[in-house]
Amino acid sequence: MRHFLFELKEGLMISLRAIRANKIRSVLTTLGIIIGVASVVLMSTAIKGINQAFQSGVSSLGSDNLYIDKWSWFNNDTPWWELRNRENITIEHYAKFKELAQLPLAVAPSIFTNQSIKQGDKTVQFILVVGTNQDYIKTTNLTFASGRFFSELENNSSRNVIVLGSEIAKQLFPTGGGLNETIKIKGIKFKVVGILEEQGSWVMGNFNPDNQAFIPIDNIFKYFMSEAWGSVTINVRAPNSLMVNEVKEEAEGIMRRIRSLKFDEKNDFSINQQEGLLNEINKTIGVIQMAGLVITGLALFVGAIGIMNIMFVSVKERTKEIGIRKAIGARNRTILGQFISESAIICLIGGAIGLGLAIVGSMIIAQFDFPTTISADAVVLAIVISLLTGIFSGFAPAYTASKMDPVDSLRYE
Amino acid sequence: MNIITIEHIAKIYQVGSEQVFALRDVSLTIDKNEYVAIMGPSGSGKSTLMNMLGCLDTPTSGLYKFKDQNVGLMDDNDLAAIRNREIGFVFQTFNLLPRSDALHNVELPLIYAGVSSKERKERAASALDSVGLADRMHHKPNELSGGQRQRVAIARALVTNPSIILADEPTGNLDSKTGEDIMSLFNQIHEHGNTIILVTHEEYIAEHAARIIRLKDGLIEKDEFVENRYIPNNKSVIQ
Repeated sequence: MRHFLFELKEGLMISLRAIRANKIRSVLTTLGIIIGVASVVLMSTAIKGINQAFQSGVSSLGSDNLYIDKWSWFNNDTPWWELRNRENITIEHYAKFKELAQLPLAVAPSIFTNQSIKQGDKTVQFILVVGTNQDYIKTTNLTFASGRFFSELENNSSRNVIVLGSEIAKQLFPTGGGLNETIKIKGIKFKVVGILEEQGSWVMGNFNPDNQAFIPIDNIFKYFMSEAWGSVTINVRAPNSLMVNEVKEEAEGIMRRIRSLKFDEKNDFSINQQEGLLNEINKTIGVIQMAGLVITGLALFVGAIGIMNIMFVSVKERTKEIGIRKAIGARNRTILGQFISESAIICLIGGAIGLGLAIVGSMIIAQFDFPTTISADAVVLAIVISLLTGIFSGFAPAYTASKMDPVDSLRYE
Repeated sequence: MNIITIEHIAKIYQVGSEQVFALRDVSLTIDKNEYVAIMGPSGSGKSTLMNMLGCLDTPTSGLYKFKDQNVGLMDDNDLAAIRNREIGFVFQTFNLLPRSDALHNVELPLIYAGVSSKERKERAASALDSVGLADRMHHKPNELSGGQRQRVAIARALVTNPSIILADEPTGNLDSKTGEDIMSLFNQIHEHGNTIILVTHEEYIAEHAARIIRLKDGLIEKDEFVENRYIPNNKSVIQ
């Protein structure tokens, strides 16, 4: 073991000398690896960023939540017209459900409409205005920057109160504040009683609570939508994630009772879950990931071939040196180690530079609101990849060198 | 004690469909502290014999014993180890590593012998000192004259305290004055108890040795001790 460490150390010293002696060539060779490692790291970081954004966006929905809906989020077997022909879920259905359900922590109705919100001369368009009741907040993990959610009293008396998502508040009140101000939707005045903290992420688009506003549900029907047109979603939160399935079973039973379905009739409603959404997202991300890694892997592979090529040239060029080293007692194994560690060091240096570039690159990308951070495992990934590339592409040339005949290589000019 | 014992060795190269007999049937023994010159015209097999003696190559047939070890049975690693410990090479073209300074060149065999960095530096420095290059340790080969380069090579050959010094035309690339200096250095190394095998085709160089082996067509033509050995009188170089 001590001997191995000694040889490793001396091999590294010899390799460093050789690299220093051939600076320009080493730099050019390294370039391939720099580009390869930078693209692999950047790609894997970007994919991770996308993934994280989706995960955090989706989990802002709450993993313990069920959404009883007319529509199914993911529909693989029911034809869409069948879904369309389903009876709407009404506020009365919700009321009955709430009365019958024993297990849920909280139950709240919700329905949304797309509106523009005005404040003074500022307008924010295409906002998801969610109509719900005071219990909605208990079905979410939303937190407040200022103010509160609207109260039971405000809800029951259909007061014109509104809770704004952080992004809307930012645009309407760029200098801050906003609480207790009045905003207008379709000319109707609402008083801001609460502003949310920044919650989700850009990937969720309009379903990100940052881009949503909340008002008492009756106001939706009063001002923006006929009750006959919209179908209410019943938001159900289980007490904990272990009870999600029980809550779901109970919910299914209750809904079938409410809808008076016979035992052989299919559900005419869907119970949606974040889990299903995650599965879909994971599928998509998996495809992106494969494609991305294959493409950047190719870049790395080209870099590796470059290194191998240069190492072959280097071995040929240093035939005499190899002969001298062998004549004075270098073993085949030592020569093998010398050239492999030379290419490993070149690759490691390239990997480190590539990693640096990737960090700079991710900082630039982060300017565009794209969540990328180089994590510790990206660093490890870069080091491992460049080390393996170095060993892989150095092996064949090093093996050739180690097997050279000392007499022939001494005679080589 | 015999350091080298060779019995009926032959070396046959396959060139295309033809067999070339570089050595046909050579037997000899070399004792400790001998000073032997191997002579012969080109094509006589003296380079092949030297490669064989230096354990750079193994014979096709016959027996080669180095200090009672059968070299013919050794693998590449054993050969490398015996070259490292027992043999010091001095080449016609010096064969120094061009990008390393004198000290590192002399250190090299000690690296392969697994000597620690500190001890290596000390031993390499004292070897360089003994060939009169104490003030040239950090010069690269291209900053040294031919004679100085050959001295670095000799220091490298000496640094492991090998059983034999194997010199292949050591003065071939030097002018006659410098060559004479190098030969007197060899003489002193010999007087310090080292065994030297010198390969040359120059009669006046061979006359420095105590014994001359003449090769022709892969056979020993003559193996005789030199009666009027030329002993250089310049002794100032080695301490």
